[in-house]
Amino acid sequence: MSEKALKSAFWAVGVILILIGSWAWVDRWLNEHQNTDYGSVVPWGLWVAVYIYFVGLSAGAFLVSSLVYVFNIKRFERVGRLALFTAFVTLFIALLSISADLGHPFRFWHVLIYPSFESPMAWMIWLYSAYFALVSVELWFVLRHDFVVGSREQGRRGTLYRILSLGSREDSDEARASDRQIIRILATVGVPLVIMFSGGVGSLFGVVASRPAWSGGLFPVLFIVSALASGTALLALVSAVFQDGLRRNRQTVLALGTLALGLLLADVLLQLSEMLVGFYGNEPDKIASLELIFSGPYWWVFWFWQLGIGTVIPLALLALPSRRDPRLVAVACGLIVVGFLALRLNIIIPGLADEQLAGLTQAFSSPRISTDYVPSVMEFSFSAGLVGIGLVLFGLGEWLLPRERDQAPEEVSHVTA
Amino acid sequence: MANRGETSVGPTLATQRATDSGPAPGPGDGGEAAQVIDRREMLDRLLKLGAASLVAALASGASLSPLVAAAKGSETKQKYRYGMVIDTRRCVGCRSCVAACKAENKTPPDVAYIVVLEEALGEHTDDRPLFMAKPCFHCDDPPCVPVCPVGATFKRAQDGIVVVDYDRCIGCRYCLVACPYQARYFDFGANYPAVEEETSYAEVPSPEYRQFRVREEGESPIGNARKCTFCLHLQDEEGRYDRAAGRWPACSKTCTGRAIIFGDFNDPESEVSRLLKTRNGIRLKEELGTEPNVYYLV
Repeated sequence: MSEKALKSAFWAVGVILILIGSWAWVDRWLNEHQNTDYGSVVPWGLWVAVYIYFVGLSAGAFLVSSLVYVFNIKRFERVGRLALFTAFVTLFIALLSISADLGHPFRFWHVLIYPSFESPMAWMIWLYSAYFALVSVELWFVLRHDFVVGSREQGRRGTLYRILSLGSREDSDEARASDRQIIRILATVGVPLVIMFSGGVGSLFGVVASRPAWSGGLFPVLFIVSALASGTALLALVSAVFQDGLRRNRQTVLALGTLALGLLLADVLLQLSEMLVGFYGNEPDKIASLELIFSGPYWWVFWFWQLGIGTVIPLALLALPSRRDPRLVAVACGLIVVGFLALRLNIIIPGLADEQLAGLTQAFSSPRISTDYVPSVMEFSFSAGLVGIGLVLFGLGEWLLPRERDQAPEEVSHVTA
Repeated sequence: MANRGETSVGPTLATQRATDSGPAPGPGDGGEAAQVIDRREMLDRLLKLGAASLVAALASGASLSPLVAAAKGSETKQKYRYGMVIDTRRCVGCRSCVAACKAENKTPPDVAYIVVLEEALGEHTDDRPLFMAKPCFHCDDPPCVPVCPVGATFKRAQDGIVVVDYDRCIGCRYCLVACPYQARYFDFGANYPAVEEETSYAEVPSPEYRQFRVREEGESPIGNARKCTFCLHLQDEEGRYDRAAGRWPACSKTCTGRAIIFGDFNDPESEVSRLLKTRNGIRLKEELGTEPNVYYLV
């Protein structure tokens, strides 16, 4: 297929997914939660899994951008702003997912006026908000100079850049130096913020003593490592696809692949530890959740999706000589990204789909009082729509965002941070 | 029997409906012990407390609400400690309690504040089954409370009843996840046919929390976490129940085998206190440290 055909296919998939998602969106606002399939026994479902999936991708991509803007690592310099853009887009999608999941999303401001400092959920929401603000401002400063230059162009692009530049006209060297200063400060503040946010999402699960599958000190760490692994993999994929990246970012894609390999191995280590210790400990409720993962109705999610597609194949591709081919590295990283959704689902659903007291689900006859949870067509469509929004936003970014100006691919350019 | 016949019924039932300005469940609080505070009050109190105590609260990991309560004086003293002793040997599994609770609180199809678990003891079908009625346990240390991001669910200072402020709850369902006893339900908005078909029954408000809400699409409690309240709307102004007058939690009042005994553990003469003294009560999942206020006799 030609590049043009590929691009058309990309846009078509994005738009079709958004159309499917729009139907679900309308259904969600008209019928509220009636056409969802989670219940009171499994209170969180696909949408929460999608939320933690996307915030993980975002946190990981942001931390890679900090390698450029805080730690000044030249190797990743070319994809610094792409990493920030990725962090921004995925964070935005996560917000859409969790807002649909709330019973009363328009009361989100309650968390500001009725603060509860004891609640990990409250902390997560505050940290999310701070992170969203920070990544938006940092991304704008990273792109500001290009917006200013671009706003001199004629036509629609010029108009758009004028709007995005928010009235900024300065393109002197001093202004750029000041930009770099601001970016450095924001990125430096962002690192602990994002680690707290990502670990906070994990502790939201880790603190729940009534759910043995989650409770304990490993979850915050696991969430940070998972965020890094999945975010780095997504960035490798995006770097390869975005703006002729396979040719221009060859070495960077390979380097990101190596990084993703190491992080994925670290993630596997933590998961193995959790599973093996859990099995050996023989605590009934913990065993029940682990058995749901390995041999429950969704055994294939673990064995084929998470372990096969998301772990074994990419590990092989990234470790064998194929690691020197940026196309295969991009494919491997794409598989990691796909596989992490299975990991997220395997955290949420088996952790909940176990009766808190034996016989509970037989005590009361209602589809909401059941351990069997299959996301409804509406839930799937909604999440598919979010993926579509992601594709379209990346497509727009590919088209609109200023291209790297350096003509010679892969040459170490001057320090930008 | 605790608090029998000490107060009149009339005025307690005719209390006001909660308005938007003050979403406090249980106007029976009489204001003095109300833990729910509105926005302006919150700001006022924050100012009075000063930044120092806020920092101290943050540093010690303590929640603001006990701090606020402490600043207001001695109201944290619990006047009543309501709870239940449920005798599984008296329970015949008729599920009248489930029906009575539904009739009293007008809960929708997917919500049941009390359920009856059933397990056959032995191997033959005619072996004696074990029935276990299960309301909310109104734990002394309820895991559902601290996880709430907006403080919409809390344990009432005056009587230990764990309540939900429907107007504050954002519907995140973290409390459903955190409860080890499945005492909480999410209201998905489904309705029984009588409500769906807009019969006159649909217009009858639920007395829950004395807020007298009529079920409406998109309005709380739809989209909220819901749970047993020990029928606190039947309390008088002093926070007392009266069995003789019929102001008693519906499940206990209706229990055919008198298996669900309700009362005040703070009152040594109450039936629940005497039962605990003379019989061996057990509580579920003691290892979690939740200290439930519902005991089972087995």
